[in-house]
Amino acid sequence: MTQTSQTTADQVQSAKKAPAIGTRPAIEIIGMHKWYSDFHVLRDINLTVQDGERIVIAGPSGSGKSTLIRCVNRLEEHQEGQIIVNGVELTADLKRIDEVRREVGMVFQHFNLFPHLTILQNLTLAPIWVRGIPKVEAEATAMHYLERVKIPEQANKFPGQLSGGQQQRVAIARSLCMQPKIMLFDEPTSALDPEMVKEVLDVMISLAEEGMTMICVTHEMGFAHQVANRVIFMDQGQIIEQNEPEQFFFNPQHDRTKLFLSQILR
Amino acid sequence: MTNIGFVRSELIPAKPAPNRISGPMAWVQKNLFATPMDAVLTVFGMLFLLWIVPPLFNFVIGQAVGPSGTVEECRAVDAGACWAYIYNEMKFFIYGFFDIAEQWRPNIVFALGALLFVPLLIPKVPFKRVNAILFLLVYPAVSYILLAGGVFGLLEMPTQKWGGLLITLIISVVGITLSFPLGIVLALGRQSTLPVIKTLCVAFIELIRAVPLITILFMASIMLPLFMPQGTTMDKLLRALVGVTLFTSAYMAEVVRGGLQAIPRGQYEAGASLGLGYSQRMYFIILPQALKHVIPGIVNNFISLFKDTSLVYIVGMKDLLEAVKTKNDSALEWQSSNTATTGYLFAAMVFWIFCFSMSRYSIFMERRLNTGHKR
Amino acid sequence: MLVAVKGDAWNSSVFGGLGTNHMTALDSGPSTAPKTFFFNDPVIRGIVCQIVVAIILVSFIVWIIGNTAANLTAQNKTTGFDFLWKTAGFDISFTLLPWTRASIYWQAFLVGITNTLLVAFIGIVAATVLGFTIGIARLSSNFIVSSLATIYVETIRNIPLLLQLFFWYFAVLNTMPAVRESYELPLDSFINQRGIFVPKPMPDPQFAFVWIALLVAIAAVFGLRYWVIRRLETTGKRFPVFLTSVVVLVLLPAIVWLVSGADLAFEIPVLERFSFKGGVQLPPEFLALLFGLTIYTASFIAETVRGGIQAVSHGQTEAAQSLGLKEGDRLQLVIVPQAMRVIVPPLTSQYLNLTKNSSLGAAIGYPELVNVFSGTALNQTGRAIECIALTMLVYLTFSLLTSAIMNWYNARVSLVER
Ligand SMILES: Nc1ncnc2c1ncn2[C@@H]1O[C@H](COP(=O)(O)OP(=O)(O)OP(=O)(O)O)[C@@H](O)[C@H]1O
Ligand SMILES: [Mg+2]
Repeated sequence: MTQTSQTTADQVQSAKKAPAIGTRPAIEIIGMHKWYSDFHVLRDINLTVQDGERIVIAGPSGSGKSTLIRCVNRLEEHQEGQIIVNGVELTADLKRIDEVRREVGMVFQHFNLFPHLTILQNLTLAPIWVRGIPKVEAEATAMHYLERVKIPEQANKFPGQLSGGQQQRVAIARSLCMQPKIMLFDEPTSALDPEMVKEVLDVMISLAEEGMTMICVTHEMGFAHQVANRVIFMDQGQIIEQNEPEQFFFNPQHDRTKLFLSQILR
Repeated sequence: MTNIGFVRSELIPAKPAPNRISGPMAWVQKNLFATPMDAVLTVFGMLFLLWIVPPLFNFVIGQAVGPSGTVEECRAVDAGACWAYIYNEMKFFIYGFFDIAEQWRPNIVFALGALLFVPLLIPKVPFKRVNAILFLLVYPAVSYILLAGGVFGLLEMPTQKWGGLLITLIISVVGITLSFPLGIVLALGRQSTLPVIKTLCVAFIELIRAVPLITILFMASIMLPLFMPQGTTMDKLLRALVGVTLFTSAYMAEVVRGGLQAIPRGQYEAGASLGLGYSQRMYFIILPQALKHVIPGIVNNFISLFKDTSLVYIVGMKDLLEAVKTKNDSALEWQSSNTATTGYLFAAMVFWIFCFSMSRYSIFMERRLNTGHKR
Repeated sequence: MLVAVKGDAWNSSVFGGLGTNHMTALDSGPSTAPKTFFFNDPVIRGIVCQIVVAIILVSFIVWIIGNTAANLTAQNKTTGFDFLWKTAGFDISFTLLPWTRASIYWQAFLVGITNTLLVAFIGIVAATVLGFTIGIARLSSNFIVSSLATIYVETIRNIPLLLQLFFWYFAVLNTMPAVRESYELPLDSFINQRGIFVPKPMPDPQFAFVWIALLVAIAAVFGLRYWVIRRLETTGKRFPVFLTSVVVLVLLPAIVWLVSGADLAFEIPVLERFSFKGGVQLPPEFLALLFGLTIYTASFIAETVRGGIQAVSHGQTEAAQSLGLKEGDRLQLVIVPQAMRVIVPPLTSQYLNLTKNSSLGAAIGYPELVNVFSGTALNQTGRAIECIALTMLVYLTFSLLTSAIMNWYNARVSLVER
């Protein structure tokens, strides 16, 4: 983690210089509760994410971080409270869910690339079938994003032929091809070897510089420190503490936060 | 920008889930009526159950004629299954033509078998090695003497008289036991680098797996006697055993091969680097690991074999199914419109109980092995 | 050297004299070692081993051939395949090919093969439909549907197929009423002890146009699918393929039928004095075998299908969902292509199993290959070795053909890995 913060030190400034945060909320979560059958996994979550804001969520394993961001594009259903994404409230209505999912990209811990399709096909699948973008155009966009994640030469290979870091960059590019307004990252680097972490983080940092609204679940505290506008600490399904990175890391208030930081920043 | 700092002062305790997602009503809603389509399926499913369960219940239990019933009751127009028939012919279904006065002998064999076999299946019971030796070497000899007789003052009982469940069990247990070492040899041969041995093993395995068991049994029954020196007579049971064992060993070889392939190369290399030769590497390092992995596969083979024993009627053995069929066709005193159905139902239940419990056992072992592997 | 020493020490201390200390390519000593005993050279050892095996095998075969020859002469039997051109002189109850008592043995061979293929083909189609339905039903979120599917699978696959055949044949079809009291089924069909009698379609020559129209419609559906995908890829416009396909498949032949004035008459089976006249008779042996094979194999196919669908990780669905793909597209583009890769190889081996299992028809008198050739023909000619060998050869051919096709398929669709 510290390694990352050094190597990307020069990018820190530019990241912080990113376009000012908007005042229109991209995501509003109001009094949200979720249960897995009888297990109360998310408790009274209140969170407003402004347009262009970058949020990092941290917390011990099982604290409900993944569940929280998966609720945002309704991979999980919540039972109480409201989630409003881009002005659309998430309900059981399939049309709204589709509307939200088109605007929200998600990157998974285990990449979840489609192994039977080439990289290019992975990238163009959703633009063609969901957005109805002509193939030629979709391929051009795909190549553009592959260049951004620095692997255009892999376009015709299959996911199984790529390294973990490359696969995760393809996964990011795949989400970007849908030109989402919001990106969700669920521990995108925790399945990667250390030397591959940086290449993925670099892509995420450059996204942040462009003012993408992002919610990242990650334990890369260096990344959080450089890029985030806000760090949220969760435990036992609730938000324990949130603050600007500077305050969060150097002046934590809650005992749990202190304990967590002392363990993770050792 | 406003201050975004936030610290929770008091933890929120867990609340019970809203009724809509927990409790029996939620279960019904989620598992039976989640969508309109689901509701339709549920209704059709219920109707299907209503249509099939009551008649089935009536046949098997409701209007069935119990063990003490008479054939007249079985012949009544609305009578269900004729369990009296099964009860009266039970001895034949279990022992075939084995003399009734001598049936204590197979009973001892059954009891001994259960006594030795069940502990072998339970992973926690100790003395596996002694147990296995007893079961694989001592038990067959004792059983053979007990069943065949002719020594120690036991009445001689030719194998033609053996039948029913006894034969089904003998053929499947002997078949699986003999085919196991054969399968290991074939699997090792298939992996061999020696071209002659490899070709022979591949040819044998693939040929056997390509043809139906019934043709192999035809071969065992008609061609095997031709292959023997003139004047040798071959016991029918022996023919069946040869056919079944050859057949099963090819399938066994494939199961064992799967286990061998699951062993990482590093294990072979570690063995070699310790200076162990081929046979030592196999015996001490590779096979013990591989065979643990193939237990579920072996059990599945055993299930198939157990079902396949019903084909040995080809060589003229009266296994459980053939015994039932014989009685269905010939027990004139029990002739009724439900006799045959009851007979087959009974045989099906016996086969089902054996096969289903073995398949549960195989799943149990698979789970156990999987968790053991991860640790 | 160190390694070798360690190995020896370990051998002798732990295992005593168990096994000789083999020297193979992997553990042969360093080049400084003195000349080894020739038998310790792995190459020589391998050759010797193979020669020994070959000699044992050859002498075993020679011994068998000798015994067989002696046995055959003692029984006054001849060998050879000349009998294939002799008149068979027996009846076959159910044939697709023309068959009379004057037909010769290789025709009987062909009749057996076609009967095997007939029941196998229909059985495969039916078992696939039933098996996929039940496999998918087992994964249903509907409790009743999934339980019913589970009960089906767990009941059927734990009961021997032969027993199921006996049940259908002796307990169900054989207890049907005599011809005079036939039950009437819908669509002018009848069921009785001699099987099911269904109307026989009697298309007039004009009706060929309807068949052609159907073929054209099928081709059109493929073309449509291609065109729709092309159009989607160029203009982004979607098109209801499925609905249109159904309409085309139904309408085109129907219109041609009406316009051409083709006539499809049915010859309805009529009860005469002792039997039915006209129509098509499906004998009980065939029906029992077909039911048994279909129901039995479907339970295995269901498990294959369930396994294949479950093998596609949930992450794939989630990734597709998060990209905004709708349920239908998700299945069509992401789940099914991956599941099929897992399903097809075991599915083909189930097809092969069904074909092999059709030999159990011999036990209920359906004249398939084993029954006709390893049964009747063998008994009449006494040429046991020839008949059984020819029978096995047919199954071997099926098996080799299938595995050739499977190898080709696997090479084509296997996922590329590093
Ligand atoms: N599908 C599910 N059914 C039941 N319980 C679940 C399910 N998914 C997660 N849980 C439980 O919910 C809790 C929160 O899970 P979640 O995956 O959100 O944790 P997390 O904070 O992302 O942890 P990690 O850092 O390990 O990824 C855990 O206790 C987990 O066991
Ligand atoms: Mg998580």
